[in-house]
Amino acid sequence: MSRKIVVGFDGSEASRRALDFAVSRAKVLGDAIVVAHVLEWSPYSFLTPNEIEERHRRRNEELQRAEQAIIAPVLKAVEDAGVPVTSVMKYGHIAETLCKIAEDEDAALIFIGRMGNSGLSSRIFGSVAGTLAQVAPVPVTIVP
Amino acid sequence: MTNHAKRLGAAAFLGSLVSAAPAFSQSLDEMVNTVFEGGTGWFVSLIFSNFPGTNFPWIVGWLVLAATIFTIYFGFVQFRAFAHSIALVKGDYSDPNDAGEVSHFQALATALSGTVGLGNIAGVAVAVGIGGPGATFWMILAGLMGMASKFTECTLGVKYRNEYADGTVSGGPMYYMTKGFAERGVGGGKFLAVMFAIFCILGSFGGGNMFQSNQAHAQIANVFGDFPGWITGLVFAVVVFAVIVGGLKSIAKVTEKVVPFMGVLYVVTALIIILMHFNQIGDAFGQIFRGAFTWDGAVGGAIGALIQGFRRAAFSNEAGVGSAAIAHSAVRTKEPITEGFVSLLEPFIDTVVICTMTALVIIITGQLVTDPETGMFVLNEAGTAIQTVSGNSGVALTSAAFSETFGWFRYILAIAVILFAFSTMLSWSYYGLKAWTFLFGEGQTKELVFKVIFCVFTWIGAAASLGPVIDFSDAAIFAMAVVNIIALYVLMPVVKAEMNSYMTRLRSGEIKKFV
Repeated sequence: MSRKIVVGFDGSEASRRALDFAVSRAKVLGDAIVVAHVLEWSPYSFLTPNEIEERHRRRNEELQRAEQAIIAPVLKAVEDAGVPVTSVMKYGHIAETLCKIAEDEDAALIFIGRMGNSGLSSRIFGSVAGTLAQVAPVPVTIVP
Repeated sequence: MTNHAKRLGAAAFLGSLVSAAPAFSQSLDEMVNTVFEGGTGWFVSLIFSNFPGTNFPWIVGWLVLAATIFTIYFGFVQFRAFAHSIALVKGDYSDPNDAGEVSHFQALATALSGTVGLGNIAGVAVAVGIGGPGATFWMILAGLMGMASKFTECTLGVKYRNEYADGTVSGGPMYYMTKGFAERGVGGGKFLAVMFAIFCILGSFGGGNMFQSNQAHAQIANVFGDFPGWITGLVFAVVVFAVIVGGLKSIAKVTEKVVPFMGVLYVVTALIIILMHFNQIGDAFGQIFRGAFTWDGAVGGAIGALIQGFRRAAFSNEAGVGSAAIAHSAVRTKEPITEGFVSLLEPFIDTVVICTMTALVIIITGQLVTDPETGMFVLNEAGTAIQTVSGNSGVALTSAAFSETFGWFRYILAIAVILFAFSTMLSWSYYGLKAWTFLFGEGQTKELVFKVIFCVFTWIGAAASLGPVIDFSDAAIFAMAVVNIIALYVLMPVVKAEMNSYMTRLRSGEIKKFV
């Protein structure tokens, strides 16, 4: 039975490298890939009355844009490489949501790129890769 | 004319303007005041007329009766469902697949930033200043009962909202009056909706706007020295104009983010002051209970305390007014009743927590002058309010009470007041606009007309004096409650059916926690 690899993908260079690496592994081992795109979102942020009114429409627009601009192009490329692929888009805290997706998809691995920030900002804000390494339910591969 | 000459001419013009300004300002403020009072007096006396043969305003009775009826009809839902409401706000029952939609927390926070405002800071000072500490008791009671009114209107707001093809939603009393009445086969829904929309527009000019700029000016003048109100009014009007007409979203966003922190800072500071006077806490509550039922020298005695307490509570938390139904209606939920549960926390936070803090600080720091011999409160010369140590009323009284312990707090309070005032104005400009478009239809020009009028009232509000402004503000907001509560009576069986069905499913485990 083929395993599933969840790849955290946001269209950035780092996430492309992670996806490429995951595709090359999947090809050899016969694994399937889940391209996961997480839109940063906190249910505890503050919105103006106008934002609230338009939120449902905005959300649909954001999902559509992400689907067209980020997900669709790479899905095609991965498929062409002969690897079975699906995609997931979700809102939430990035690391937590990736873990949730891995659980829901019953995935065996998570692949993720890293931003390569080693300085003050990542000390204060933490990094997705660092958090994932700490909390993920499955092995995590961090691609530089 | 050469450039140099132009500059000289401009300088001379500015010079003459500055020298003429004081006299001009005085007369302008006075003029605004007279015209405003003359134009709104009849409306105010209609809303605040007393029950025949008493000095009890019928409108206060109307609100209290409604809150009592809802409390009993829904079996004290505000206490039974309190814990569940908090679980809903925490997101325990939110489907993770709906992430990215408006959460219960966000709907509550936005509605709160519209209601937590000067009512909590200035309004409470007015209530305690006139009705004495006893007003606090009635205010808390009104807050607790108002939770049931809020629960009813917000459930209906979500249930009967309009959802458009592009995904935007419009809700509020106008919609449950028209759609809900039609569904139940009751006539007059359209008429009520139109009446509500008219009063909502007036309310958005009054309590949601003029009162805010008026008291923001009072606080600024109190901290930085007196200057004409129309200047503050103009600045406010320009900034509000920039946001609601010019679409300067950044200002609105910053305000929405700073206001909650200001609210927390306000409560924490109040708590610290109260704890620093911990040996007087018992006495303060003693004054509150005694004043609520017995004659303590305040204006109107116990009845005066009751009237002031109920009046300020209703003005502050807007329960039964219908405004919150507009704010809450955009939440994403499959069960309208859940938004009702969430909204009942609003009067609790607004009135039972924040307003009580203000009142306690004013009482505990001894701002109200008592006669040392009798222990009774001493009235001012006109007999309209209790004499205060600093001779202040409204927001200046709150400021004096807080500054007695922390001198610097008046500056924080000034900033908080400006931000609260501003966020409340933005919320009410939205409520007013919803009512306006309900009456006149949507369209850029129509909406612009409303927004310009709104800004004019922002300006007038700061120039007029507190008395007429607060009367008109209260009158307009209570007028909304008159029509809204009629609709709530007609539609309350709908809410009860929703509540019973939800509660049954919650108990049977059909409605599950996601966390």
